[in-house]
Amino acid sequence: MATPASVVGQEHPTDPHAHGHVTNTGLSNEKLAMWAFLGSECLLFGALISAFFLYRGKSQSGPTAEDVYDIPFTSVSSFVLLMSSLTMVLALSAIQRGDHRRLRVWLMATALLGASFIAGQVYEFTTFIREGLTIKTNLFGSSFFVLTGFHGVHVTLGVVMLLSLWNLSLRGRLGQEKAEVIEIAGLYWHFVDVVWILIFTVIYLIPE
Amino acid sequence: MTTVLEPIITPEQSPVADEPGLLRRPVNPKGVWSWMTSVDHKRVGVLYGVTAFVFFLIGGMEALLIRLQLAKPNGTILSAEAYNQLFTMHGTTMVFLVIMPMSAAFFNYLVPLQIGARDVAFPRLNAFSYWLFLFGGIFIYSSFFLGGAPNGGWFGYAPNTSITFSPGHNIDFWVFGLQLLGIASTVGAINLIVTMLNMRAPGMTLMRMPLFTWMTLVSSFLILFAMPVITVALFLLMFDRNFGSHFFDPVFGGDPLLWQHLFWLFGHPEVYILILPAMGMVSEILPVFARKPLFGYPVIVFSGIAIGFMGWGVWVHHMFSTGLGPVATSAFSISTMFIAVPTGVKIFNWIATIWRGSIKFTTAMLFAMGFIAMFTIGGLSGVTHSISPHDRQQTDTYYVVAHFHYVLFGGALFGIMGGIYYWWPKFFGNLLNERLGKWNFWTWLVGFNLTFAPMHIIGLQGMPRRVYTYDESLGVAALNMASTVGSFVIAGSVLIFMYNVWYSQKKRRVVAGNDPWDGRTLEWTIPSPTPHYNFAEIPTVTSVDDFWHKKYEEDDKGRMVRRASTEMAVAETRTGVDEAPVDDAHVSEVHAEEDHDRDGHDDGHGIHLPSPSYFPILAALSLPVMSYGMLYGSDGGQNYLIAVLGGIILFAALYGWGMEPSAEPEEPEPPARDERAPALVGGPSDAAALGSGGDDRAATSDATDAPSGQGSS
Repeated sequence: MATPASVVGQEHPTDPHAHGHVTNTGLSNEKLAMWAFLGSECLLFGALISAFFLYRGKSQSGPTAEDVYDIPFTSVSSFVLLMSSLTMVLALSAIQRGDHRRLRVWLMATALLGASFIAGQVYEFTTFIREGLTIKTNLFGSSFFVLTGFHGVHVTLGVVMLLSLWNLSLRGRLGQEKAEVIEIAGLYWHFVDVVWILIFTVIYLIPE
Repeated sequence: MTTVLEPIITPEQSPVADEPGLLRRPVNPKGVWSWMTSVDHKRVGVLYGVTAFVFFLIGGMEALLIRLQLAKPNGTILSAEAYNQLFTMHGTTMVFLVIMPMSAAFFNYLVPLQIGARDVAFPRLNAFSYWLFLFGGIFIYSSFFLGGAPNGGWFGYAPNTSITFSPGHNIDFWVFGLQLLGIASTVGAINLIVTMLNMRAPGMTLMRMPLFTWMTLVSSFLILFAMPVITVALFLLMFDRNFGSHFFDPVFGGDPLLWQHLFWLFGHPEVYILILPAMGMVSEILPVFARKPLFGYPVIVFSGIAIGFMGWGVWVHHMFSTGLGPVATSAFSISTMFIAVPTGVKIFNWIATIWRGSIKFTTAMLFAMGFIAMFTIGGLSGVTHSISPHDRQQTDTYYVVAHFHYVLFGGALFGIMGGIYYWWPKFFGNLLNERLGKWNFWTWLVGFNLTFAPMHIIGLQGMPRRVYTYDESLGVAALNMASTVGSFVIAGSVLIFMYNVWYSQKKRRVVAGNDPWDGRTLEWTIPSPTPHYNFAEIPTVTSVDDFWHKKYEEDDKGRMVRRASTEMAVAETRTGVDEAPVDDAHVSEVHAEEDHDRDGHDDGHGIHLPSPSYFPILAALSLPVMSYGMLYGSDGGQNYLIAVLGGIILFAALYGWGMEPSAEPEEPEPPARDERAPALVGGPSDAAALGSGGDDRAATSDATDAPSGQGSS
């Protein structure tokens, strides 16, 4: 839980060991830590997706997936989330060039795209609940809300992280030499996107 | 350059004026505060060790109560409910609050020393791990005063632990408490992995790392990948209990096996998380006291890695009696037999290490040899479990209890005790008394075997575990009495150990010096106790057992002869180090001063160490607040105000953490370390200096022109 924020809070460059100059692997400590954390996250989502798979088609009462899914709507919000990976890359490229204005533009764009995805998810959840599917209804409800909710929390933390970075940049505390902070935040963001591709494919697109 | 040259923290220095966040940086804290805000890996390690030992005493008392209840048939000391709580808490405590953090104590203290680093990669994250472990432990134990402790076993099988069968908050404390401990372990593992992969001294290639460090690396990876699995299991259980989902609810088609799969997919790697560090310690102790190199170093490394991989493929042997069908059962039977191979390889390597060595039977060595013998017995009874028909006969009997105590107590705790005796001088500067140590060892060995060996037979006779009493007609009364007597012998042994600690610290202090055991690894090249900055100069390593080879060599006939005194060998680790950042004049200064420099945060030598911080402990404190909020929030109408409050504290703490530099500079904006941004540096000369020699400000001397450039920013 702590890690997204510790991305914001990079160990400072004055940390004697922090920056990529003499590490054995050539990766900075922060980047290596983020990769390790993402490895751990793989198992987290892997276990959740497995639980979802175990209960596919096992619900004893409706409504189930085909009753509630609105594939076109979710496709659009998935597209929105995937586009945010592009803006994230543009943000990184901007800070590497020292273009702080564009950095903030793209950071804010990424955060807004992420927030739109979350808004879409909130809309989707409320629609499902209105149609009679809650976490208590059946196995599908339990596993659907927990899995997508977990992903939603990850995106939300990512948005908070991006807004914090935007704020830092605005106050001039995110110089060009800290481009790696953006890169590491981007690693997290892209990971969350990739996980969504997996979730979208296996729980929305593959029929039961 | 000036900022680099200044001693970093002085009493007069005030925190940077425009530092954002809630709390000013602690400046030169004293006493308790200095421990609470410390980010020094050695202090964190000591805190881990002391806390884990306290939990060990608590878990041990729980075990004694269990044994008293079982001493005679139809015991009446404990009620069934109290018994359930005690065996659950005994298991949970010993696994999560004793062996794991006790290993973490050694990880934290020793890994940076063994790889020649000045701290771990993320010192504040390290402190955070410790505080979260402490608060998580207190959180679970607070259940005793808040309506009853967890009572569903350390494995917490759902749906027995679901709200239907376990109303009340007992299980909630377990669920949230383990989540907290899981976060603490994962964060710690990431920190250690980065430290070991990134911060090794020059020449310290992976295949030159000491075995203890290697086993730390393997078990850190296991923690990294195993913890999220139990995190998911616990989350699903939490949603079932607090939010009405149906993951483990058979009424709605939920599958109880899901819990078992998730739990044991975590649980079996966990077994290796518990034992690998002890294997590492034993692999350090044996060669030192046999005065021979470790037999087959690469083989031991690779068998450790093999155990790490194969540990993921055997979890179903915990579930043979659940009826998974012949194919799954056969496959996991075979994989379980296979995992005995790398373990057996290690055992033979250890035996070959002491074979024909000139053995010194110190207490540490006795514990290490006790480890080999006891762990082998536990390993063999483990192999009997891989035979599925046999396993189905023994499932849920005391035979299983005997088995895992032989590996966890006979294995992990023997190794840890050996490690304590071996590294105590490095931690505290004085040796533990050997005479008392031998009493400690022999009572420990006898008490352990008296307690757990009879359980093999008790189990084979059919006495089920987790049941609070038994009838005389079962015919195991005498063996149970023997077992209870044995448990009190162990308790006596623990008292001897505590007396030894008191005696050796207060009564008769024997100062150890750098290298009391004629050691082989880097931690013995530095003073005892370790100075704040660990290494005055970062050493250069040329081989496995580098320090040993600087002390000894073989003559023409293959005999071992001294080639240099310990002092000369220590000096040799410091020579020829281009990266060694401290200049010569400064080195002598360091040596002159290092004696009266043990307990301040001011390293005093311009070696730039991370500064203390309030934020790790604050962030760690917010998580139990959230947990209490979640736990009681579901009681009356889903009111999660306290949980939200905890979340706000967490956010604020992490934000303050993020804004606070790891090590306090003199000026708000530290000079950029990156050549691309010279504009931030005060003057051109500074930029040049930074670009070349100044890249490790960790070590730049404070000898000269400190005041000249104060204003540059």
